[in-house]
Amino acid sequence: MKPASKIYTALIMIFLFAPIVVLLIFSFNESKSLSVFSGFSLHWYEELFHDFDTLKALKNTLVLAVCASVISTITGTAAAVGITKMRNKYLKATLNTVTNIPMINPDIITGISLMLMFVFVGRLFGAATSLNFATMLISHITFCLPYVILQVLPKLQQMDKALPEAAMDLGCTPVKAFFKVIIPEIMPGIVTGMIMAFTLSLDDFVISYFTSGNGFQTLPIRIYSMTKKTVTPKMYALATLIFFVILVLLLISNLSDSSGDETIKEAKHRRKMKKSATEAAN
Amino acid sequence: MKKIISLAAAIIVLSSLLLSGCGCEQPLTLNVYNWGEYISDGSEGSFDTIREFENWYYKNYGRKLKVNYDTFASNEDMYNKLSSGAVSYDVIIPSDYMIERMRKEDMLLPLNYDNIPNYQNIHDSFRGLYYDPDDMYSIPYTYGVVGIIYDANRVDEADANGWDLMWNEKYKGNILQFNNPRDAFATAQYKLGLDVNDLDHTKWELALAEMKKQFPLVKSYVMDEVFNMMESGEAAVAPYYAGDYFVMAENQAPGIDLKFYYPERTNYFIDAMCIPSCCQNKELAEIFINYMLSPEAAIANAEYICYASPNAAVYDDPGYAEDMGEEAMEILYPDIADFNELYNTYSFRNMDEDALIYLVELWEQLKIS
Repeated sequence: MKPASKIYTALIMIFLFAPIVVLLIFSFNESKSLSVFSGFSLHWYEELFHDFDTLKALKNTLVLAVCASVISTITGTAAAVGITKMRNKYLKATLNTVTNIPMINPDIITGISLMLMFVFVGRLFGAATSLNFATMLISHITFCLPYVILQVLPKLQQMDKALPEAAMDLGCTPVKAFFKVIIPEIMPGIVTGMIMAFTLSLDDFVISYFTSGNGFQTLPIRIYSMTKKTVTPKMYALATLIFFVILVLLLISNLSDSSGDETIKEAKHRRKMKKSATEAAN
Repeated sequence: MKKIISLAAAIIVLSSLLLSGCGCEQPLTLNVYNWGEYISDGSEGSFDTIREFENWYYKNYGRKLKVNYDTFASNEDMYNKLSSGAVSYDVIIPSDYMIERMRKEDMLLPLNYDNIPNYQNIHDSFRGLYYDPDDMYSIPYTYGVVGIIYDANRVDEADANGWDLMWNEKYKGNILQFNNPRDAFATAQYKLGLDVNDLDHTKWELALAEMKKQFPLVKSYVMDEVFNMMESGEAAVAPYYAGDYFVMAENQAPGIDLKFYYPERTNYFIDAMCIPSCCQNKELAEIFINYMLSPEAAIANAEYICYASPNAAVYDDPGYAEDMGEEAMEILYPDIADFNELYNTYSFRNMDEDALIYLVELWEQLKIS
């Protein structure tokens, strides 16, 4: 790399990561201040693990993220398989567009419309409160689903269509062919989709804000509501921990993705070798 | 394999049906909706109000109680959530002007004082306030007064009086202003001696002119960023609440010497406990409010939040006064005897929608200029 491009890359890196580094450093600060680093201590981490309400919000967030990512991964994969099997071109295009709507729609509109719908349905059944864990879960699945489909569809298209057919020729039932052949082939896409859904659900604020109900607040909402008084350094500690969890997840996701790519590359390579071998034989 | 899975699924569904139908005694729940960081929560060895209340209730009433404690970021957030009809809370702690609005919209229930004997601890100055003239719907939790915080190492003591400090050319680029139209315009209105609740447009134009004069001097318009900017010395003058000044002074960087004073006319606010009309268990809500007024909980909360308490069991407590320190007691509790009159004269009333739209227009004019 030339020096100029090195400097440029370094600047961009600083730009991207400086805020997180500051947060990380001050989560180990002894005092409350964000301007003076008075000494290293794990005091705020200790405080964090004694803060019952924040931990409850964290638990809520994690439960929601796990449920939302698992359900949206299953339904999203099923939807992707369905979409690739469609014969009608126009119907396929329409369905692709429709599934993308929650992704393109501004969060605030998705949030408000979901809240209105839940309130409307709740009133219809005469419930005192219409927002709860279930409504939040539905909302999170709504906006996670398109990302899963987006990850799984290309893997299905890349897959050799002859593979499941071959499996069935050799005596597999369609169901068995699906689980033994198709699923392993598209696994990298499913894993990436699931991790994306998980991280999206984890840090969603806008939609959760509109659809959260009694006694089920997620972490982003709790942190946001701390702005009347100043945010305590406990939250820096928490943010640091969350950052590392997401970092690890992203690393896993990228590794699984690249290994998936490698198998395709390897397969191509193998095919090429075979071709050249047959050509050579001829 | 398939059979085993479907069998397991069937068992799970059946057992969940049986469990929900067995009619075992559900623990009572109380839903509380409060500002974030606005209750002593057990951090740094403090009193954990919610958990202590649950234990106290179990000891006195013999029933398990679970408090769902949720937090909001602004009065408007809270209002929107409640008025959507999607949630149900038993106790809420909004600010004064929002209480007036909710009272007028029949969103609050009158309190039964037989269940709240600790109400006698509330000082007489906090009765008959404009937002609840008959004291039917609310019991004050905290109150605060806006003052001016300055860095004595950079600001001349001679300049530090009245609102003029915020318009002083000498401190150009070192002055902070509120980043919300109502609070920001109020500083100009108090300076000029205008009534903050007068909706006359010509008066507001005067305030706008004053704000435009200040505009080139202001470093930035901030809300809770004020803490870091004042602590680190990025700015030298800022208006904020007395209780928050102690937090800043405690965390100030070396070489910074933060001080505080009240200008002659200034803003007051009260946050008070109310029971909204969506309440599911009113008696329990009243028991909770009564508990919040008890010396133990009220002192812990006042020390945690740092705002002044209207509760005699707090400000007359020698232990509390000692913990807060002499300076803090002087600043937090200036002249409680006149409070009623000062409060009713200078605090914000609820504004109707047209007035709010007009205010936002003025705010935009200021920011563009």
